[in-house]
Amino acid sequence: MNNDFAIEARGLSKYFGDVCAVNSLDLNVPRGQIYGFLGPNGSGKSTTIRMLCGLLTPTRGSATVLGTAVPEDAKSLRPRIGYMTQKFSLFGDMTVFENLQFIAEIYSYPAAKRAARIDELLEKYDLKQQRKQMTGTMSGGEKQRLGLACAVLHHPELLLLDEPTSAVDPQSRRDFWANLFRIVQTGTTILVSTHYMDEAERCHRLAILDHGVKVADGTPQDLQNQTGMYIVEVIAGDPYAAQAAIQPLPDVASVTQLGVRLRILIPQTIADPLPLIERALHAQNVSAKATLATATLEDVFVAVTMKSPERST
Amino acid sequence: MSSATRLLAIVKKEVRQLRRDRLTFAMIFGLPIIQILMFGYAINTDVRNLKTAVVNQAGTHLSRQFIAELRETQVVNIIATADTPAALEAMLRRGEISIGVHIPRDFDRRVVDRDRAAVHLLVDGSDPTILVVANQLRSMPIRFDVTVPPPAKQSLVEIRPFYNPERRTPVNIVPGLMGIILLMTMMLFTAVAIVRERERGNLELLINTPVSSTELMVGKVAPYIVIGLVQLAIILVVGQLLFDVPVRGSIVDLYIAGSAFIAANLALGLLISTAVHTQFQAMQMTVFILMPSILLSGFMFPFDGMPVAAQYLGEILPTTHFIRLTRGIMLRGAEIGELMPELYYLIGFALIAMTIAALRFTKRLD
Repeated sequence: MNNDFAIEARGLSKYFGDVCAVNSLDLNVPRGQIYGFLGPNGSGKSTTIRMLCGLLTPTRGSATVLGTAVPEDAKSLRPRIGYMTQKFSLFGDMTVFENLQFIAEIYSYPAAKRAARIDELLEKYDLKQQRKQMTGTMSGGEKQRLGLACAVLHHPELLLLDEPTSAVDPQSRRDFWANLFRIVQTGTTILVSTHYMDEAERCHRLAILDHGVKVADGTPQDLQNQTGMYIVEVIAGDPYAAQAAIQPLPDVASVTQLGVRLRILIPQTIADPLPLIERALHAQNVSAKATLATATLEDVFVAVTMKSPERST
Repeated sequence: MSSATRLLAIVKKEVRQLRRDRLTFAMIFGLPIIQILMFGYAINTDVRNLKTAVVNQAGTHLSRQFIAELRETQVVNIIATADTPAALEAMLRRGEISIGVHIPRDFDRRVVDRDRAAVHLLVDGSDPTILVVANQLRSMPIRFDVTVPPPAKQSLVEIRPFYNPERRTPVNIVPGLMGIILLMTMMLFTAVAIVRERERGNLELLINTPVSSTELMVGKVAPYIVIGLVQLAIILVVGQLLFDVPVRGSIVDLYIAGSAFIAANLALGLLISTAVHTQFQAMQMTVFILMPSILLSGFMFPFDGMPVAAQYLGEILPTTHFIRLTRGIMLRGAEIGELMPELYYLIGFALIAMTIAALRFTKRLD
């Protein structure tokens, strides 16, 4: 057991009947960092988080969270972790204050400090105006701030956030991430799942999940440097014609259109990618400009999810 | 210590949510009152004022006196007269009357000779209750003029209704109704309690907190114990005020029995809650238990008259035992000490159901 890791998992698997939701997942989440799960819907992010907090029993494999085996000792773990569900799970027919008070009581937060802690959270998470509002009538952003406030009320050592920003606007997402960095500053470890590239880029480390399999992990920088792909960017007057010219090439792994630009992934086993593209464009009489570019996280995502065996079917 | 805090937090939350759920809140207090009014006034096996038409072909003094006495029983309400028995049949068929009385031409002679029936009753047999009432009419003591000898055949058996001498239906209905109302509300509210939170997603949050299964179960059920006792009081007061339903035994005994029954129903509701996945399924399950409780508990039909298999089924239901307790305490003035087996059954049922519910409710999602 390594105390540098907040979460360690070995061969963690979960089957629902015959369907494999998570397949032999190995995880090392360092303490005091924001660790991201990036993956499309159905890639096993939620299932993994639920296994890590003891809500689901793994079919195979084991996990240690904050030095505690789950799901066996999940009970002793509960006071030490905070969990924010994907769907808003606080009580819609109670006010913001009542919800916070309920959470404080449930976690046996010292009665003498309860009121001060709730006031502090209302202030920090910009909910003072909504103090007496029924949570059911609040906006997505407000609900999400309350969800986070409730999850951190008892000063958890580990925060598990399951797609916390899937239902809020871009400004709320920015504010939310500012809060996460403030929380991680205090030594809390955060595990957050997302399907937004820009959010994944903000994490200290991340794992990319695809169809229940971890296809890559590391710091965003590492992942971008280790795609094993050349990225060729083509700017064309007629991007559709350019795509038609490039797509059939056997060495091209993927073509993605971004407005007038095309991002082309070519395996680094090919010696010279630029002339290859230029020749293909020329052959089809498409006027375009091709340059080599550095990989973004989106390129990484496209590259690694392509490799996974399930994608070929 | 912190366990008490958590338990209290759950109780507080339940009360708070209940108070804001106006419809449910209104149902808790409205339901007993509406039910008791409905059952007390509408369900009446002591039938009166049946619509009746008469054909008096005799037209004698004696026949007119017979009709007057028929009217005096209040069982029939003579709304029409007709000329022929055929006309009576037509009215019966059209549903205009429930009973047709045909007094033949030779009525006086038949009364004296007693060799044939003096009066024909045409009865709407499609409603069994009316048929029973008509049968009662048959034994109607007809007082006649002194010139006519008194009826030769005297009834051999005389009935003395012991605990309900006036034979008023509400007196029988209300103690049983107490069981049905408590069963319905207590079971339904707790049956949806856990499932509702599962549907709304609250449960995923709750089971990730340090709150234990037992704390959650007990905390959710506790407010309803108070509500159940209040409902019991409502039924008693309304029953007393409107229908003069007596409580011949001790009110304390009644509340002891009530508490045990409420606990049994709440535990049953929780058990349902752990077995179903949607509120709709929970409702279906409560109806599934409610129907036999109405039909097989002795509430509607005398328990001893049921087939043996049905009796076994009835014995399982807590309502059966509670109705025996309430009828005993309220109508027969029994002490709870005389009815201990029924009380033990309720307590045992509550404990077993509660244990199974707590065991079934794992703090997992799978």
